Amino acid sequence: MSAADFQIIGDGVAAVLHLSGDWNVAGLADLEVRTREIVAKTETRPPQFDASELSVLDTAGALLLISRWLGATPWPPIAGLREADSDLLKLVAGNIGTSPRRLRKPFGLARLAERVGSATQFAAMQFLQLLAFGGQTLATAASIVFGKQRLRWTSTVHHMEQAGLDAVPIVCLLSFLVGAVVAFLGATVLADFGAEVYTVELVSISFMREFGVLLTAIMLAGRSGSAYTAEIGMMRAREEIDAIRALGLDPIELLVIPRVLALIVMLPILGFLAMLSGILGGALVGGTELGISPGLFLARMQETAELRHFLVGMSKAPIFAAIIALVGCLEGFKVRASAESVGRHTTSSVVQSIFLVILVDAIAAIFFMELAV
Amino acid sequence: MSEPVMSVKGLGNRFGAQVVHENLDLDINKGEVLAIIGGSGAGKSVLMRSILGLQPYQAGRIWWFGQEMATLGDVERRALERRVGVMFQDGALFSSLTVLENVMVPLKEHSGLDENFITQLARLKIALVGLPPEAGDKFPETLSGGMRKRAGLARALALDPEILFFDEPTSGLDPIGAAAFDELVATLHQALRLTVILITHDLDSVYRICDRVAVLADRHVVAVDTPEKIQFFDHPWIRDCFQGPRGRMAYTQAQSVKTEHPASVDSISSGASSALQQPVQALAVPNPTLKPVQ
Repeated sequence: MSAADFQIIGDGVAAVLHLSGDWNVAGLADLEVRTREIVAKTETRPPQFDASELSVLDTAGALLLISRWLGATPWPPIAGLREADSDLLKLVAGNIGTSPRRLRKPFGLARLAERVGSATQFAAMQFLQLLAFGGQTLATAASIVFGKQRLRWTSTVHHMEQAGLDAVPIVCLLSFLVGAVVAFLGATVLADFGAEVYTVELVSISFMREFGVLLTAIMLAGRSGSAYTAEIGMMRAREEIDAIRALGLDPIELLVIPRVLALIVMLPILGFLAMLSGILGGALVGGTELGISPGLFLARMQETAELRHFLVGMSKAPIFAAIIALVGCLEGFKVRASAESVGRHTTSSVVQSIFLVILVDAIAAIFFMELAV
Repeated sequence: MSEPVMSVKGLGNRFGAQVVHENLDLDINKGEVLAIIGGSGAGKSVLMRSILGLQPYQAGRIWWFGQEMATLGDVERRALERRVGVMFQDGALFSSLTVLENVMVPLKEHSGLDENFITQLARLKIALVGLPPEAGDKFPETLSGGMRKRAGLARALALDPEILFFDEPTSGLDPIGAAAFDELVATLHQALRLTVILITHDLDSVYRICDRVAVLADRHVVAVDTPEKIQFFDHPWIRDCFQGPRGRMAYTQAQSVKTEHPASVDSISSGASSALQQPVQALAVPNPTLKPVQ
């Protein structure tokens, strides 16, 4: 093993370029820089070459030699070049292609307009796809109801356990903490008016109407929606979805209906548990900080809470569930055969479903306000 | 004969109660094309993965370039690993990178060369394996199986390895594509002075390009010899394989190819010693034998 090196001896027509050492990819880094500097300084290539001390030549070394000095054939004589190395040089010379230049993307205002346009179109397409997918799922659900297709009970129950039962601790804990925070906040502001006792209404109404179900939906979008996308996406990347179709089965019936159904059943239940934990969190803060005893808290709630708040909250749960499950599954089906694609669609699934859930919640709030319920 | 570049002594591999290898010996000589053949489940891939250190083994010793792998530290080990390339069955390309970027990965990590030079070198490798230049900017998922294999080969060649492993190079290719790939392997073997190990069960490849064949059966290497001799070896699996209908057909075909083009095939099957004017010229001018695949 000896380091790759070169030396130009002599001037003008008598100049000889001596090559020595191992011209291989492992030890070429310095040489690449040095030869570039030399070539930039000298205008003509040396007329003679001597390779008698060249011990190793690989494709990287050959490429360097050709791109720096040899250029296109015919080459000047290279003294002492072994036949195998000469063949390698010819092989490399024959395969140096003119590399296609990458097109430079336009920038500036035109590019801005282009990106805004394509993003708008993309968003519209995604919405249409979601509607189409929802329709397809509904149609499959209908044919299950009419007994033309089967409901996969095992799969449905499995997903109910994974998305529902397994999520109970985290959903409850989260709602409990948010309930406590809301109670603190309320107490701080309301204390100025001497109206601490209204904290009870603040916590109970906000959790029954909004927070219970909304928090649950956001948790499930992150927890189950992303899992749906990744599961279906991997199946799609490994051609399992195609296999399902080729076996004469319906991927919607097999994969989508159980997941959607599981979430539609479980999200309201989880939402209800979230309401209870949130109110419990509020009651705890009320008991320790505001001097509202649990008994008083409960009595006050019974007095003021109305059933309609609970119903408004619950009515949104199945809609959120359907949105999360459908977006999760649809993004899974959009995955193409690469690991990166799975990641991209999983992210997109979570972002989309949370965005849609909050959007629908806002629309519902206005709707119920206008209805005055 | 000089010292083998790789050698395996007494290798043992087991998964639970299932014994895959027992007391397996194998030597790989410098500059040869060695095929490792065996039935499905005979442990060909496990053997390759054990030799490459991708999988722990239970017994035995493995030497690379005369150094025992198990005794080496991480740094020395990695230095040796750079001298060995692997083409995985489906290319095992990184799916989030283009073909060009895939080939550039090992160069960027190990060579310390300038980015422009690396790009140029990577394009050269892509041309060497017979891919059209446009293929460099494509993502692996958009390529056909044959092109993915070639791209995987380009990445394996990135650091100019001395030893190159091929895992099932012709599986999943049509007969024309498989023959072209065999040709490519033979050409690169000669032009780049590689030692080639083929894990295969394609008897056509065995007859066409291999110097020696190692047959894996009954948990060890039962025989190593030239393809012409090994077919008459007295072992039930070898008999069934080489004397079966497909074996006979591959043999007759290889023979007829030899009589048609005696020079080219002889130079390939007789190994590294012969001059390589033919393939090199074939590559130096726009190449008639190595058509870019679609």
